[in-house]
Amino acid sequence: MDNVYKDRDKLQEAAVRPIVHSGRRFRIVALILAIFVAVGAGAYIYQLIHGLGVTGMNNDVFWGIYIISLVDIIGMSYGGAVVSAILRLTGSAWRAPITRLAEATALVTLIIGALFAIIDLGHPTHIWRFFVSPNPASPILWDIVAILTYLLATVLFFYLPLIPDLAICRDSLGDKVGRWRKKIYTVLSLGWQGLPRQEKYLNWGIKIMSIIIIPLAVSVHSVLAWLFAVTSRPGWHSTIFAPYFVVAALFSGVAAVVLVVAGFRKAYHLENFIGEKQIRYLSYLMLVLGVMYLYFAFSELLTEGYTLDTTSVPVLASLLYGNYGPLFWFFVIGGGIIPVLIVAVPKTRTVTGLVVASALVVSGMWLKRFLIIVPALRQALFPVPTQSYSGSFIEWAILIGALAAIPLILMLVFRVFPVMSIHEMEEVEVKKSERQPELASGLEQA
Amino acid sequence: MATLAAVAGGSIAKLGFIKNDVQAKDNSVPSNEVLSQHQWAMVIDLRRCDGCGHCTEACSKEHYLTPGITWIKVYELTGSLGQKYYLPRPCMQCENAPCLRVCPVHATYKTPDGVIVVDQNICIGCRLCMGACPYAARYFNFKDPPTVPNTLPKPSPEWPVPQIRGTVGKCVFCIHDTRVGKLPACVTGCPMQAIYYGDLATDLATNGREAFKLSTLIKSNDAVRLKEELNTKPRVYYIPGHGQDLNF
Repeated sequence: MDNVYKDRDKLQEAAVRPIVHSGRRFRIVALILAIFVAVGAGAYIYQLIHGLGVTGMNNDVFWGIYIISLVDIIGMSYGGAVVSAILRLTGSAWRAPITRLAEATALVTLIIGALFAIIDLGHPTHIWRFFVSPNPASPILWDIVAILTYLLATVLFFYLPLIPDLAICRDSLGDKVGRWRKKIYTVLSLGWQGLPRQEKYLNWGIKIMSIIIIPLAVSVHSVLAWLFAVTSRPGWHSTIFAPYFVVAALFSGVAAVVLVVAGFRKAYHLENFIGEKQIRYLSYLMLVLGVMYLYFAFSELLTEGYTLDTTSVPVLASLLYGNYGPLFWFFVIGGGIIPVLIVAVPKTRTVTGLVVASALVVSGMWLKRFLIIVPALRQALFPVPTQSYSGSFIEWAILIGALAAIPLILMLVFRVFPVMSIHEMEEVEVKKSERQPELASGLEQA
Repeated sequence: MATLAAVAGGSIAKLGFIKNDVQAKDNSVPSNEVLSQHQWAMVIDLRRCDGCGHCTEACSKEHYLTPGITWIKVYELTGSLGQKYYLPRPCMQCENAPCLRVCPVHATYKTPDGVIVVDQNICIGCRLCMGACPYAARYFNFKDPPTVPNTLPKPSPEWPVPQIRGTVGKCVFCIHDTRVGKLPACVTGCPMQAIYYGDLATDLATNGREAFKLSTLIKSNDAVRLKEELNTKPRVYYIPGHGQDLNF
């Protein structure tokens, strides 16, 4: 038991270090990210003034980078939430140091992703109409309901496990933090004192949220898929789309969590707590999802292509060997096969290798969403040529700004909240040492 | 010739909304019941269409559309035997309209006389209706429309002029004209008289020079509707005649 308590100080110190110290490197990175965010925000203001005409979209390809990013970034959110929920429900002890990072990623990416729904609107000042004359038959309305419900659940899922840590901050940080953060800790910790009764209710709440968040996340990605699948367009009108999108979201989501965990582990020197084991196990999850995703993709292509249906063949042809062939095969090999191989081969299963694999997956899956949306729109509904699409500077600036906002907001979140779940890690270790006393001393090495 | 014109003129008056003068006096909107006495439709004779594009021009001029927006678009197509032919495509005014179902804010709706219109003061510009439309008949206003003279009537969903940037617009069958007995811009603009405007309720159709019983015109010429398999029930019929299958 001594060991655990000695670790507790170290653990607390590491988890709250980013709250107490920021340092020069933090400020430089934050500044660079903030510049990108500012450029993106400026680009959006420009678009608000001049209309969607400043994008590369046209009346053939009327959806572009914004809708691609909406699907892509909300997908990332899904990974964080479901990974954390499943690992909690199955009682995997190794999850403890990464749940906070995963849940924060889920929350931040959801907010950034959902913003793209508004960025894409042609007339955002009419948005209040959603509340005046909503059409329950519209998949967009399903989206709004699903995303808002999921947002609420993600906030709770981030907040509940945080309560004991907020109490630790309240009790131990003292004058190391300013008035505002102190106030946040006092108010949000809800008078937590670690009483058995409080522990019981908290665990109960976390468990309920872990169960609820899984179907909610499934619903969000299913309705996003139905946005496309309910139309009669070749390439979109597919019964497989909802589960296909769910697996895609999980795949890219787990990859995003790997990147966030590896990034914060290195930047905040958390190597003693987040071992290679955590990153490796996450990668195994990614491997399974990657294989599942490739299976879905193959099944979709085969069933659509086999009948040589006149409406779907042109879309498939443009993907397999037409205009979009290079991008498609780059996705299959770079975003699918190579990352799966990197994880599968023990020799390449190092932290660097896994980070490379995850980066490939995250970018490959963005490309895949491009390949779902744009080639189907390029395939005209009458056999005539269509206008091509490439994103304008404004669209790219907004996308890059949004991507920069994700790490920036995460960095700011961990200026206020502990980067690891102190309470959960202690709980897991105490449980372990009670069960297998001889292993408790070896925990640090694991 | 004179008799033809007289027949055509008479039928336009029959086609038209009769309470023309009443409307002009008190500017009131006719009741739904009165409006639903007409169910507008169109028959396009592909044998006559030579692809000149005057219909598109007349429409864009009438509605002050941004260049590039073509509420009636003429496709140049090739049949299975290699024969070239032209296909003017207005909005099909589907009875079972997919665009109408997906609109999240009820900005697009069907008028009592069976025409799909967009209230651009409601439209949020999400463009899902463009994804749902199987005929590519909907157009998003990416740019500001040309300025319109201030002598024009006040804009409404039936008379969406000028278009509003950031919202979706579409062919409205010129119901602001046809309700008062005038023919749509594309019909009068067609030098080949290839476009017939008709009314399913009174079973009449005219291209401005000839008039027919609409059902006879459709049946005796084996007119077809596009993408029948989607069950959208379009109100635009095409008379083929180049051996084309019109099966896209």
